[in-house]
Amino acid sequence: MPDSSGLDTPMTATGTRPGPASGAGRRAPRRRTRVVVRRAVRFAVSLAVLLAASFAMIHLIPGDPVRTSLGPAAPVELVEARRAALGLDRPLPEQFVTYATNVLSGNFGTSFITSEPVGDVITARLPNTLALALLATLLALLAGVPLGMWAAVRTQNGRNRGSELTFGSVTGTAVAVPEFLYAIGLVSAFAVGLGWFPPAGKAGPITYVLPVLALAAGPVAMIARIARVETLRELGKDYVRLARAKRLPARRLHLRHVLPNTLTATLTVSGLLLTSLIAGSVLVEYVFAWPGLGLKIVESITQKDFPVAQGVILVYGAIVLVVNLAVDLLLGALDPTSAIREQS
Amino acid sequence: MSLRWSGPAVAGAVIVALMAALAVAGPIVWGEAAERIDAGAILQGASAEHPLGTDNLGRDLLARVLVAGRFSLALALAATLIGAAAGIVLGTLPSVLPKRGARLATGTVNALVAFPGLLLAMFTAVVTGLGARGAVLGIGAAIAPGFARLTQTLAASVAGADYVSAARMLGVPRRRILSRHVLPNIAEPLILNLTQALGGALLGLAGMSFLGLGVQPPSFDWGRLLFDGFSRIYVTPEVALGPAAAVALAGIGFNLLGDALARAAARTTVRKMDEPPAPPPEPGEPDPGAVLDVRDLTVTFPGGSTPVRGLSLAVAPGEVVGLVGESGSGKSLTAAAVGGLVPYPGKVTYGRLHLGGRDVAELSDKELGTALAMVFQDPLAALNPALKIGGQLAEVAVVHEGATRAAARRRAVDRLGQVHLPEPERRAAQHPHELSGGMRQRAVIAMGLMGTPRLIVADEPTTALDVTVQRQILRLLREVVAETGAATLFISHDIAVVGELCDRVVVMYAGRVVEELPADRLADGAAHPYSRALIASLPDLDTDRTRPLAGIPGTQPAPDQVGPGCAFAPRCSLATERCVTQRPELVAHGPLQRVACWEVS
Repeated sequence: MPDSSGLDTPMTATGTRPGPASGAGRRAPRRRTRVVVRRAVRFAVSLAVLLAASFAMIHLIPGDPVRTSLGPAAPVELVEARRAALGLDRPLPEQFVTYATNVLSGNFGTSFITSEPVGDVITARLPNTLALALLATLLALLAGVPLGMWAAVRTQNGRNRGSELTFGSVTGTAVAVPEFLYAIGLVSAFAVGLGWFPPAGKAGPITYVLPVLALAAGPVAMIARIARVETLRELGKDYVRLARAKRLPARRLHLRHVLPNTLTATLTVSGLLLTSLIAGSVLVEYVFAWPGLGLKIVESITQKDFPVAQGVILVYGAIVLVVNLAVDLLLGALDPTSAIREQS
Repeated sequence: MSLRWSGPAVAGAVIVALMAALAVAGPIVWGEAAERIDAGAILQGASAEHPLGTDNLGRDLLARVLVAGRFSLALALAATLIGAAAGIVLGTLPSVLPKRGARLATGTVNALVAFPGLLLAMFTAVVTGLGARGAVLGIGAAIAPGFARLTQTLAASVAGADYVSAARMLGVPRRRILSRHVLPNIAEPLILNLTQALGGALLGLAGMSFLGLGVQPPSFDWGRLLFDGFSRIYVTPEVALGPAAAVALAGIGFNLLGDALARAAARTTVRKMDEPPAPPPEPGEPDPGAVLDVRDLTVTFPGGSTPVRGLSLAVAPGEVVGLVGESGSGKSLTAAAVGGLVPYPGKVTYGRLHLGGRDVAELSDKELGTALAMVFQDPLAALNPALKIGGQLAEVAVVHEGATRAAARRRAVDRLGQVHLPEPERRAAQHPHELSGGMRQRAVIAMGLMGTPRLIVADEPTTALDVTVQRQILRLLREVVAETGAATLFISHDIAVVGELCDRVVVMYAGRVVEELPADRLADGAAHPYSRALIASLPDLDTDRTRPLAGIPGTQPAPDQVGPGCAFAPRCSLATERCVTQRPELVAHGPLQRVACWEVS
């Protein structure tokens, strides 16, 4: 390909890569280490950017955030005192250094409204949010992957057109309905209508059912669609022909040969899924009055409680980064070829 | 672009059309009803007069839902346009900026794409304050990274095209390449993806308003109506269901249509399938000595395509029969049919398909799985990339013979040694990508040796390998045949390789056998004009290098376009009137040779 970078890359590449003298066996682990290091660097950079963004958030608010928060009627002395307490009267670079040091040592500031340390709010509420998101992801994978594989086996090479159409329309519809509508539907049907489940709050395992279902419904359909496409692709490959020639039972063929090869894409998506579920939980928590971070962030934005909003958004962002890093590393360990694919 | 109007796409289009109509007509028709305050009908549930109930000022909720459509869609449209514009700018930056800047832009897009849209929207909402403006900007910011990624991917794919390379070589500035060559060519997929983005924006805005972070009273969109209705859900759930249904319907409509449009942006046409005709089978005399005995094998595909037509052949124990022909002659499908691997919707019919004297249909999976060894062209594709070599070999013994894992593994290592794979112990514990091409093909052959192979079907096993490795694999195959006494069907388009390895050669043309002869007579005894032309096209030491290689003029007919006569007649220099109208049968032509040609027999 005629690319401006085409001339110099091969030369630098041969310079840094181990020569052909080293054995194939020794090259692989070293390459993997390099991938891990690069991922870690990328993570650190993203974290720094995130920190800067959350710092900038307060300063991007037009006017004075303290005045905005306290309202026009608040006495000037109170505003000045609050500004000084927050360090807002200091020069910007100094403020950023203070902010970064504080955050990294676990100090996220104090709430304008309740004077609670934001760090305490986060530690109290984060586990509730994570529990919802993790359970929903698990449910989405456990239900979606088998559903998608089953659909793929049933519809491969264009057989059972009817099933394909049904699967496509049902999952297409299910994906398009946002989680808060599932939540409202579930509440009105099973909590208000039938009274089988409590409509809101967190008290024991039974209160998890509706929020997790609301959160997982769309992702189940999405994972099923991806699993179907991935399975269809794998079913067309030569190793499946060879496995068929070996006359392996269908179960073994699908579970042992096809499934592991579809997991790379499915896991990548479920990583993204987990992060989007953590965000999606904001709406579901709101519907179910679930004492998680999501409910808190809505409250803090409505009440203009900026330190809380800032801290919670920072934590959300950090979770996204951590999950992405974890998925990358997991993929590298699970799929022996992905690290090499990254190189080429 | 070819948009396939499937059921979901039609449903999506209808819903979107209805939404558009609602946006135009809603406020005109119901505008007054939506604002009419009725102090006598405050906070009512569903009734005949107010099907969805009334709000805290006694206004009819059905009318309000119908009126809110315009505002909801308008906000979604604004957010989509903001997001798309920002995204396209961000996505094209890598192609106009210098290298370092381009990398930074790409990195930014990659980082932003990973962030959930709602998080970006909330960030923006904090900065801009509550209200419709903040929500639209926020959702726009949430849409932008996806569009940037799409633009980047599309631009990169166009950047490799010849006309862009040509423009670059001619010294056209990058900015001009972008505006004249790249953007016009990626506009269509970008526009098609707008529908999906619009649906996403609509749902995102509804979510923001539902949380109380979007539209504020007295304005109202569907999300705001849902916010108001939700607080009453324990008393009158129906007041929340109206706006919820509107949001859900809009989301589904835009998603279904957007899905179809996005797919149309990158569509490859799929041919329609019809019912296949079933040709009549007619078995002849069975060949008792043969391991593989095939009579009148026919493979048909829906639509009248018949790539293999009435093929017969037999392979004796320890014999290597080469099946040669051009691409599309049906040789690989013959191999697939013998292995029972013809892909759906292909139909296989035969007068006889015997393996070891028994019909393959009667053989159990265990018998077939251990008696048949298959070797394919690309050994990397034939091995499962996720499983270790040893495990893939061992499973035949585990599944079909009930061997323990340890015993099966020992046998796998032993077989890997048998095919001269160095360090079989270590190789068994490795994944396919850690082996070279030749080693992988050895591993595939070893896999066939795990059972007690009676028939080896090798479909172009050396085509994907280096010439020196080809020799080694051929030598290995011959050795394996000698050791196991398996009958071997060796499929190749390379007549030189076949002449070297095989005992007997079967030449196929357009799905039929045109000649069968001993391999050692190939050089000077071939009778059929097609076989002779194949051999003549081979260069050897005597070939005059100053003259172009002899090819065969014309092309083989497609499997659904074979006429009544000899399929080779249009390309044959000896062809007569009879060749075009009447098909020659395969008849004896000297000892051990058969040929299907009117002119030579």
